[in-house]
Amino acid sequence: MAGYEGKQFKWVGTRPVRPDGVDKVTGRANYGADINLAGQLTGRILRSPHAHAKILSIDTSKAEKLAGVKAVITAKDFPAMHNGVLPGDEGVNFHYLSSNIMARGKVLYDGHAVAAVAATSAAIAEEALALIDVKYEVLPHVIDVDESMQPGAPLLHEDIFTTGVNPKPEKPSNVVQRIQMALGDANAAFKDADIVVERSFKTKAVHQGYIEPHAVVAEWSEDGQCRVWCSSQGHFMVRAMTARLLKMEVAQVRVMPMEIGGGFGGKTIVFIEPTAVLLARKAERPVRVVMSRDEVFRATGPAPGTSIDVKIGAKKDGTLVAATGEFRYQAGAFPGSPVGPACMAAFGPYALANLQVVGYEAVTNRPLCYSYRAPGAPLASFAVESIIDEISQKLNIDPMEIRIKNGSKEGTQMVYGPKLKAVGNLECLKAIQNHPINKIPLGPNQGRGLAAGFWFNLGGQSSAVVNIAEDGTATIMTGSPDIGGSRASMAQMAAEVLGIDYAKVRPIVGDTSAVGFCEITHGSRVTFATGMAIIEAAESVVKQCRERVAKMWEVDVDSVIWEDGHARPAPGSTADNQKPLSLAQIAAKASRTGGPLVGSAAINAGGAGPAFGVHICDVEVDPETGGVTVLRYVAAQDAGKAIHPSYVEGQIQGGVAQGIGWALNEEYIYGADGRMQNSGFLDYRIPVASDLPMIDTLILEVPNPGHPFGVRGVGEVPIVPPLGAIANAIARATGARLFDLPMSPPKILAAIDAKK
Amino acid sequence: MSKFHITATVNGEAVEYLCDPKQTLLDVLRDELNLTGSKEGCSTGDCGACSVTLDGRLVCSCLVLGVEMQGRSVETIENMTEGKTLHPLQQKFLEAAALQCGFCTPGFLVAAKALLENNPNPTESEARYWLAGNLCRCTGYDKIIRAVLETAADMRGAK
Repeated sequence: MAGYEGKQFKWVGTRPVRPDGVDKVTGRANYGADINLAGQLTGRILRSPHAHAKILSIDTSKAEKLAGVKAVITAKDFPAMHNGVLPGDEGVNFHYLSSNIMARGKVLYDGHAVAAVAATSAAIAEEALALIDVKYEVLPHVIDVDESMQPGAPLLHEDIFTTGVNPKPEKPSNVVQRIQMALGDANAAFKDADIVVERSFKTKAVHQGYIEPHAVVAEWSEDGQCRVWCSSQGHFMVRAMTARLLKMEVAQVRVMPMEIGGGFGGKTIVFIEPTAVLLARKAERPVRVVMSRDEVFRATGPAPGTSIDVKIGAKKDGTLVAATGEFRYQAGAFPGSPVGPACMAAFGPYALANLQVVGYEAVTNRPLCYSYRAPGAPLASFAVESIIDEISQKLNIDPMEIRIKNGSKEGTQMVYGPKLKAVGNLECLKAIQNHPINKIPLGPNQGRGLAAGFWFNLGGQSSAVVNIAEDGTATIMTGSPDIGGSRASMAQMAAEVLGIDYAKVRPIVGDTSAVGFCEITHGSRVTFATGMAIIEAAESVVKQCRERVAKMWEVDVDSVIWEDGHARPAPGSTADNQKPLSLAQIAAKASRTGGPLVGSAAINAGGAGPAFGVHICDVEVDPETGGVTVLRYVAAQDAGKAIHPSYVEGQIQGGVAQGIGWALNEEYIYGADGRMQNSGFLDYRIPVASDLPMIDTLILEVPNPGHPFGVRGVGEVPIVPPLGAIANAIARATGARLFDLPMSPPKILAAIDAKK
Repeated sequence: MSKFHITATVNGEAVEYLCDPKQTLLDVLRDELNLTGSKEGCSTGDCGACSVTLDGRLVCSCLVLGVEMQGRSVETIENMTEGKTLHPLQQKFLEAAALQCGFCTPGFLVAAKALLENNPNPTESEARYWLAGNLCRCTGYDKIIRAVLETAADMRGAK
């Protein structure tokens, strides 16, 4: 697809009000928990109080007898799944997935589901949970990744044999895999360095912290059809996984996408949906299951804690000559840690001829570690950016100069395979270099920190339909949940191609029976890939219009061009004497020219353009308390082409805020008993409005050659640099560098004291 | 457990409902009165997604019991528009893209309206502290705070 280079856009790049906006400021928008069907029951889940235990028995008889209880289920009600990854399963081990949703034989973490009930009220459902008698034999547990990797650590699974090591291990362990990627010969190249800095880092697990808890309503009808209403990042994912886990036909399950109250990667897999479906089938009534905040923390898919070693060597002039990194990432109770993407993204902002990255993933007695915005990358970046900053301090080189000098750019060989096409890393660095923040003098206890970040972005499968109504207005439908304004960008792209007013395009997120398959809203893929499907579907409408007008004018189709929403005669063509026809005029005649005007597209989008972001911030550290105040924050990012700049800014600002929380105060805290101690928003403190400054954004536009408008994904990379930027600012404010996250006040005070 | 019969005023209209003693005002609004604009993010008063005004005072409706409502008056997000006209805060949130997922938005709007009724000319810092009881994970608060301050300026100018 091409033809848009140099085009003056009318809608792309503007900031119209989002089409779903009014519903969201009036309380009218419906999220997963807002569905209330006739006869609906309340579902509740009984969860393990132990980090690791054998389930000796589950007696549900008393609960079943309680008046108002309509169904009780345990793992026995779930079909057994093949333990392994079958072709076509997209890498998912459904035995593990099923065992995470309902514990089989053993509980593997505090909060692991062991049974569920559906009852006529929440109070009865809770009373029923208390009546379920589970006998456990408590086993030793392991929470920390380094401890989990030790020989003799409590073993979670008998069937995990480390992959990627030679020889293949004979005994099971908690280490799921070892991965390695390399360019050149890093270990040999360190001898060419004038300075080598090597550091070890530890970070704690954090949660995505979406404000809407997981919620689902499920209903069965007598003909065996199942309907599900839920908020997720992909209702096609919910359909596929639910059908597979419950041995149903895919088309038997219809999933309605409710509005989603934040996800950030945490709603890309099922936790409660199959449970609700099973309860509804057993109870023969609709069932709603809504997680409490405590359940969200204890039993969804937070980002892993890590243990990281990074070593970087440089010449005196700041040229980087070699680097190695070993990234040890927690999985939760089942494999699935994002250590692979971490290895791929860790050194992304730097052109390195000699680089070796090694990743390990180890299961622990914690909830499943899953995707959180640029999964895995922020932690790896924190380590790398800290060392780059330390090298710049030791060599007395400006931290910006060292990043520009070594910055990756078009043609740079990436450790994971490809060479970069046109990217905006250097543009972002220079935009920050020229920003007025650099001229603001710093006071006592203040420091300025800089960091760069990389994320590769995804494309993938998307479908879209553009329906032209009889009056020339358009409804456009995709299967991509709108998590932060994508309806607006879809409508803008459709309006641009069709040449009609943005207000005449109404975007819809269709359910799984209404529109073609779409992969989940993740990987910064929707505006890129689903947007490409919309463009293609709208282009199909334009083509059909030109063909119909050509017939009406009795000319060949090349004599009809499309401009500003009108079919016009091509200059100098045989149609020269014809009057232009608007889309509305063409639509009015559709019944006589071939029927409804419908454009559709189903694509598997390649060509996702990698994203770079460069952040700078000023902090002040209170030497008495160790508390950190972020004074100023500026983030530059290459968006390729910003379809709706306000929502691009919003993605950047949101990612930065999450990154600041990750850097300064967010962490999963476990007691010696392996139970989470801060499973609420009071004790797991995400940033509030008074914690943050305004977050200034600079959008750069280096077009992605893989998209007709030049779009790159923008959602993920903003969370990559903040951890390093804050750490570097603290190091420069205090003279003490921290290697552990979060950089909470006691740790900062200890680091300052250690320096004295 | 027998239910209690409560008579209260919701969004200016007299309502009656039956509720059990464990139900919160939020449960009553959402499950008994079908006013689902107020959201439950935590049920512990930490996130503010369920913000309403109770006899004119900003509260988390998850921290009020349904049975406490006898004779009292509550205003929710569903009553924020003036007829068909959006409240200036609602309009500004739309224009300023001060929402992404929209889940926290009703709570922010109710809380921001209470702020401007208390203090028509808040500083940035005052707005940030007033809204510190409302969590947003999408926006980083930047556009929300700007929208509130700009609305305050517009509303002062309009008087």
